[in-house]
Amino acid sequence: MIRYIIRRILYAIPILLGVNIITFALFFLVNTPDDMARMQLGAKRVTPDAIERWKQERGYDKPLIYNDKESGIGRIVQTVFFDKSLRMFAFEFGRADDGRDIAREIRMRMGPSLAVAVPAFFVGLLIYLTLGLGFAFFRATYVDFWGVVACVVAMSISSMFYIIGGQYVIGKLWNLVPVSGFSGGFDAWRFVVLPAAIGVLGSFGASTRLYRTFFLEEIGRDYVRTARAKGLSEVAILFRHVLKNAMIPILTGVVVAIPFLFIGGLITESFFGIPGLGSYTIDAINSQDFAVVRSMVFIGSLLYVAGLLLTDISYTLVDPRVRLS
Amino acid sequence: MPFQIVVLWTDWLVYLLALVIACAVVYVRGREHLRAPWRRVVQSRSGMVGLTILALFVVTGFLDCLHFRPRLAATEQSTTARYSVEVLSVLDLALERIRTNREKTYSAPLATHLFSKETIERPDGTQVRDYPRLKYGGASLPDEEGAWTVSVLHAGVGGAACGTVIWLLLAALIAACIAQSGGTTLGRAWEQIWSGGSDVSWKAVLITALVFCVLGGIAVALAAEYHVLGTDKVGQDVLYQTLKSVRTALVIGTLTTLVMLPFALALGIAAGYFGGWVDDTIQYVYTTLNSIPGVLLIAAAVLMMQVYIDGHPELFPTAAQRADLRLLFLCIILGVTSWTGLCRLLRGETLKLKELEYIQAAHAFGVRHHRIISRHILPNVMYLVLISVVMEFSGLVLAEAVLSYVGVGVDPSMNSFGTMINNARLEMARDPMVWWSLAAAFTFMVTLVLAANLFADAVRDAFDPRIGMINPFAAKQRLKPIGKAA
Repeated sequence: MIRYIIRRILYAIPILLGVNIITFALFFLVNTPDDMARMQLGAKRVTPDAIERWKQERGYDKPLIYNDKESGIGRIVQTVFFDKSLRMFAFEFGRADDGRDIAREIRMRMGPSLAVAVPAFFVGLLIYLTLGLGFAFFRATYVDFWGVVACVVAMSISSMFYIIGGQYVIGKLWNLVPVSGFSGGFDAWRFVVLPAAIGVLGSFGASTRLYRTFFLEEIGRDYVRTARAKGLSEVAILFRHVLKNAMIPILTGVVVAIPFLFIGGLITESFFGIPGLGSYTIDAINSQDFAVVRSMVFIGSLLYVAGLLLTDISYTLVDPRVRLS
Repeated sequence: MPFQIVVLWTDWLVYLLALVIACAVVYVRGREHLRAPWRRVVQSRSGMVGLTILALFVVTGFLDCLHFRPRLAATEQSTTARYSVEVLSVLDLALERIRTNREKTYSAPLATHLFSKETIERPDGTQVRDYPRLKYGGASLPDEEGAWTVSVLHAGVGGAACGTVIWLLLAALIAACIAQSGGTTLGRAWEQIWSGGSDVSWKAVLITALVFCVLGGIAVALAAEYHVLGTDKVGQDVLYQTLKSVRTALVIGTLTTLVMLPFALALGIAAGYFGGWVDDTIQYVYTTLNSIPGVLLIAAAVLMMQVYIDGHPELFPTAAQRADLRLLFLCIILGVTSWTGLCRLLRGETLKLKELEYIQAAHAFGVRHHRIISRHILPNVMYLVLISVVMEFSGLVLAEAVLSYVGVGVDPSMNSFGTMINNARLEMARDPMVWWSLAAAFTFMVTLVLAANLFADAVRDAFDPRIGMINPFAAKQRLKPIGKAA
């Protein structure tokens, strides 16, 4: 098991390197640092001096991949690729355009993101699983039919409408919770409830329907027929056999999402003014802060790789037949 | 009116797509085994409702894909023909009235007065602050109580009646076609439609068509006099904006698939079929691409593209062409990030197929690889391609709205549901609230996505061999004929 985990972690290195090369190509080869400087400075203030200064401030003045002015290891180390891309493996993200340390900013913003995303994730999972199992129990009846109709309608509505509608009805019309903002400590729940509830509602349709499909697929199998023939009650079959066996496809989708709780909901956070990583990313995109976007891409892929590993480990927990080697 | 035809990049691809679909229809018509699943699709009631609505959207979107530049009136200075920098489409021509009738700023749906107070000068020279009359909305209406209600009711009832007449003609046409092909009388065909005895679920189609004919009739009748869905901040008609947004949504939903399909097909089948280092490399590529969160990769790519577009203004003669290139890039980027899912499915399916006896036999006979792939593997994975293409559509339409909100979607000058929602966000904070832009975008978007979802479900139920277990409703439908036979 431990050997398997170590091998998987080593396997992650080429993937992260690949991610790095893609982002590097996007940010430095498609458009040279000169282009970026020109765009950031705006048309009026572009002079060769200004471009040089802009590049120097951000450390883009070195050669891109290979530095032939240096000797030895410096030929590789004194380059933009090493400085901006490879250093991320050591979590050195450098500074954002406003001069703040990105790594520190990320640590600070993780808390609020988690405060919204974690409750939404677990409450949501509980609700989707319960409803999915319920629809599977009442399969091919009106309960199931209208449940599926509700799911299809719910998944046809853009998440932005849920957010705007929720903010308007609950925040503005009923004045139950503040429309946006965040505060630390115990008081935070007032700011968390609405975004979390909307997060749950937003993926209700797609998830519930998906889980219903998984359950129905299991219900069609032979062991369920055998269990029925033995005289087990339908409820016992659902909870003891179907739920357990459907865990494998469910976990595949769910566990990968766990690490992304750190990033939180991009859209939700920025609508509700929560100072988390999601809104940080959106702000960086809007202000075209390339260093931050690059760092978030790296962190995102790191979390994805971690999610894949977690998924494999979780299989062994729910299914004794799976052995990692 | 003389004009110069403009074919934008996305237009070319839309025409190509239309051609591909036409070829596919012709191909499928001649082959019974391919027609069988489609027959199940057209029998499905919800599927046909979805298809009817989608057809309406597609017609709107396609009219908006026929672009041209009108010729400017000749001036004394120049004798050569000059064309407007504004690129128009056939849809713009049809909507000429509501496109050009601009108010000053916000006005509510069917309003006769502006939304905000202004200082108005009276004929006698005094000034008052009041809601001024609109320039176009209800302009011919006399200034008296009740005139508005009478006028709106009159137009509404008239429009609904016209819509119903058009619908009756349509229904009669369909009944006549059925009677012609079935060799029965018109009355018998009419009965067949409503009792559900025909091969195609015409009842669902006609009921949907009735709803849209009546609504459309009312909208057309009212649009002659009012702004049916109000106007936005710069006074532009919201109905016009929503109708223009349809093209953007459809282009994103369909062209993205068109862009990613070659990648997914070639790489997925190659990985599954050849195995070994080919498989390893392809798996590495898609795991790497997959591991970058979609929004971030798209954001990074769009930011970089924006730098390029800003750096090369000379490449784009009109604003529409620039916006269009951005749309195309967005499709390509979305395609690059979304081919991995289908690729993995295809790889798995090919791995399974490769071990089957008929392919082993083909190997033994010395059939070449490309022939095995094109004759034996490709036709057998097409159902996966079709299902994932239709399932992906609604997700892409929704994604466009989110991306436009983030600021990495379509060009801000281009009409799209995303930009409408984005603008509406600020309008919601006003008091009293400006709700109609958001409501319009919401209604159209939900209708489009819901229709696409219904159609996609029908297609999946008909094509996926495993579905009998999963969808009890589809299974029941399919088992019926066998039950009758027994």
